[in-house]
Amino acid sequence: MKISVFRIFLISLFIIIFLIFYKGLNNTNIYTPNFNSEKNIPYIENEIFNTNNKINSKEIFKGNKFYLMNIWASWCIPCRDEHPFLMKLSLLKNIEIIGLNYKDKNKNAKNFLKELKNPYKLILSDRDGTNAIEWGAYGVPESFIIHNKKIIKKVIGPIDQDTFLQIKKIVE
Amino acid sequence: MKIFKITLIIFFIINFNLLNAEEKDLQNKISKNLRCLICQGQSVYDSDSEFANSLKIAIKQKLEEGQSEKQIYDYLKDKYGEWILYDPEFNKNTYFLWLLPLFLFLIGGRIIFKLFNIKKN
Repeated sequence: MKISVFRIFLISLFIIIFLIFYKGLNNTNIYTPNFNSEKNIPYIENEIFNTNNKINSKEIFKGNKFYLMNIWASWCIPCRDEHPFLMKLSLLKNIEIIGLNYKDKNKNAKNFLKELKNPYKLILSDRDGTNAIEWGAYGVPESFIIHNKKIIKKVIGPIDQDTFLQIKKIVE
Repeated sequence: MKIFKITLIIFFIINFNLLNAEEKDLQNKISKNLRCLICQGQSVYDSDSEFANSLKIAIKQKLEEGQSEKQIYDYLKDKYGEWILYDPEFNKNTYFLWLLPLFLFLIGGRIIFKLFNIKKN
């Protein structure tokens, strides 16, 4: 009698483990950091694109409006896809778009902006990619919506029609 | 005097190398314990993606600023979540992970114990 209780226990344990692994099969293997709480923006010195001047992020985001911090590079193909949406967003009144040029050559970046127009109010340059790490980004493109010095939304990957409408809703 | 100078110079060169080596060791140790988010399944140390290369530079900068290993882990955990660490901490989300092997070990012990008892009887 004792043994059969033990056996039932073993079988149920096996079933539980089987279910856990079986469920795990359907999960995606690709991890994306989840964003569930508002975070403060990092206070770092950034080089301004195409100049030798530096600016602190405290100064950039001090206003009361919304900011969109967009990490981009001329070599990044999805950045081309999201560019029209950035242009559309730049027409909105209540939002200012700040670009962070990620590991790029100045010449290529300039050509990129000449070809597709410039939606950015200010462009910062991040030569070795360490500023992007301060922001908690790990790829290009990535965008952050900032309000009152807090990151309120994070878009990993290019901005598409859906995220564009979401951002528009937040801003308005 | 000349010999003294030369030995002094050699002494300094050797010491500088040792200093660098120690720092590099710690740098490698940290980057080996970090998962790369771009090429998932590789450590930051192994990976050559843009993200991993930047992270290696960032780790070096932080070490030069005098931050400890734990401070760097905490900083990255705050930015990217606990997933970035290969060595997960013991908390309410991971207790199952840590205790399951122990649990299985105890069950295995019990099975063996049972079998021996049956044989004895």
